[in-house]
Amino acid sequence: MSDELVMTTPPTHIPNPWQSLRQLTAARIGLGRAGCSLPTQAQLDFQFAHAQARDAVHLALDTQRLATQLQNYGLTSIQVRSRAPERHVYLQRPDWGRRLSEESVHTLNTLQPQVVDKPDVVVMIGDGLSALAIDHHAVPMCLEIKQLCQQENWSLAPIVIASQARVALGDEVGELLHAKMVVVLIGERPGLSSPDSLGIYFTYAPKLGLTDAARNCISNVRLEGLSYATAAYRLAYLMREASKRQLSGVHLKDEADMPVMVGEDKAGLSFLVRL
Amino acid sequence: MAAFKHSVGSQTYHFDSLRELMAKASPERSGDYLAGIAAQSAAERVAAQMALANLPLKHFLQEAVIPYDSDEVTRLIMDSHDPAAFAPISHLTVGAFREWLLGEQATEQSLASLTKGLTPEMVAAVSKIMRVQDLILVAQKVKVVSAFRNTIGLKGTLSTRLQPNHPTDDPAGISASILDGLMYGNGDAVIGINPATDNLASIGELLKLLDAVIQRYQIPTQACVLTHVTSSIEAIERGWPVDLVFQSIAGTEAANASFGVNLQVLQEGYEAALSLKRGTLGQNVMYFETGQGSALSANAHHAVDQQTCEARAYAVARQYKPLLVNTVVGFIGPEYLYNGKQITRAGLEDHFCGKLLGLPMGCDICYTNHAEADQDDMDVLLTLLANAGINYIMGIPGSDDIMLNYQTTSFHDALYVRTLLGLKPAPEFAAWLEQMQIMRQHGQRIELAQQLPPAFNTVLAHLP
Repeated sequence: MSDELVMTTPPTHIPNPWQSLRQLTAARIGLGRAGCSLPTQAQLDFQFAHAQARDAVHLALDTQRLATQLQNYGLTSIQVRSRAPERHVYLQRPDWGRRLSEESVHTLNTLQPQVVDKPDVVVMIGDGLSALAIDHHAVPMCLEIKQLCQQENWSLAPIVIASQARVALGDEVGELLHAKMVVVLIGERPGLSSPDSLGIYFTYAPKLGLTDAARNCISNVRLEGLSYATAAYRLAYLMREASKRQLSGVHLKDEADMPVMVGEDKAGLSFLVRL
Repeated sequence: MAAFKHSVGSQTYHFDSLRELMAKASPERSGDYLAGIAAQSAAERVAAQMALANLPLKHFLQEAVIPYDSDEVTRLIMDSHDPAAFAPISHLTVGAFREWLLGEQATEQSLASLTKGLTPEMVAAVSKIMRVQDLILVAQKVKVVSAFRNTIGLKGTLSTRLQPNHPTDDPAGISASILDGLMYGNGDAVIGINPATDNLASIGELLKLLDAVIQRYQIPTQACVLTHVTSSIEAIERGWPVDLVFQSIAGTEAANASFGVNLQVLQEGYEAALSLKRGTLGQNVMYFETGQGSALSANAHHAVDQQTCEARAYAVARQYKPLLVNTVVGFIGPEYLYNGKQITRAGLEDHFCGKLLGLPMGCDICYTNHAEADQDDMDVLLTLLANAGINYIMGIPGSDDIMLNYQTTSFHDALYVRTLLGLKPAPEFAAWLEQMQIMRQHGQRIELAQQLPPAFNTVLAHLP
């Protein structure tokens, strides 16, 4: 190793001269080092990102505020809970998060026909692993779905707001309301750079005990990810196709998706091997 | 099926089978509660551990936790057991085996010759009555060395998998993370990408990219695209450059079926990789990932506790002489391992069990954002595993996997633990780092280049 690599008066923080590569990826590259360890700024940036993600997991969904916001757009709602009484239990018992509490079953079973009567579509909003995602994205997505239902002449049940909910809770909700289709809007597991990502799950003919194989998923709805319009476009495709073919899940491919990566000469695109 | 009972204090505890005894003796973790098989009280757990300690090791050859006729992993375990290798400890109980492991008779040599005489259930059982310090002290006696284009697992080394994942498999983005990792002395275990898509054409492009990078810079390491074994077989048939064949595996036939594999498919993958003869120093061509809870999450656990299921996965792994086995300990989430304490213990158990069964164990020291864990917990587990002699860990930019959305050890973390304990990369890779003017290490002193070395500098000049 040549002599110029040996430091004489070391600074506290040694930057990496390849920081220009950061334009190529969101990965935390070129962070520099203090000795061999992380510089203070990079260390605290990471801690903040993790703190945001943690807060997103533990933030309680403000169901009352959400109901009011929906009401302001002419959407009525019903509030239910899963069998998981609180967050720490919810995190350890996914099976309880997939079932309605007895009280909520009663609530849905005793709704009057003028409130809900064999609807074509029911939307369940569940906190999932990020109430922040619901805070940010649930109302705009509901409005997209409301518009879609009007276009297609589908009846829409009151929005069901569910606390401590897992995706499969939507199947029980849909079954109890005798809905043809259920759309679940749920907070996804937060990543460091995506604390408020919304997931959309769709099931035709929902009933208790269905598995992931019966669902279609549209993931990563957030400002830096999939837009509301694109998500709604893909959801509309799935719902129309499902209505025609009377099924959802693995047999209903999301062909609204365009393959983008096939056939490119990827190796040639890497600066490491390009001549 | 045997029934067990143990009296302690004023109470007698009953356990209906070896399976139940093992589950109740397992240190507390959320997945066993989720499965409904955990001890119902702290006292019942210790009573089960006491009963387990009294059990002769020979009993594990008579009672299977999953019936022989209904599970090919059980058949593999029973049929491959070597009585001659077992002989030196065949007279011991589980409790006495713990003492034997801690004593002077258990040496690098005696433990190496014992491997084929141990079943996963014996090893899981003894781990359940061991404390953290026992798991570390015994594991560090074991050396498991594997080789492909370099030599991994030698005394005084700690290798890393460079994990340059990208959410859209973008070659430029992946390359940026590879360069960053190499400049921090990472990547000797493997440069391994988790692809964002299983599209075969896309897998092929990634394989060609990694092969081109390794060849162009003559890096003494190996590449892997972590896709399904059947996709790797297909890639090999198409003539694409496959160094290591990857597969996630579990400890029951049903859980493996949920991964779309069985022993026969794994054998085909193994033979396909061997046929390419791409290893220059050795022919360890398989890369397996495992993790406690995977059998339960596939509803394929047969009421066997998750740590025992995990140890059984190692019986599957060792059949194919892997280069690397990686327990992805905190990825599965808090319903299986709730917090830093449970993740830490599980990581140490997995490393201990894998090493005793003769596997080149690494650990993805990691957590998700819905687990009760943070960077401090990972530092603790990293420090413990490095002292226990772990073969390799993950290396990723800034601990943040932007594709899989979880946190694992960073390039910096590897340098931390190498500095702390004077551990070096695989010797061939260390020589390359020095020759490339990237990194030089003397004991606990690591010198890193402050500028890009000439070979990479010219590449960067061509960036837009």
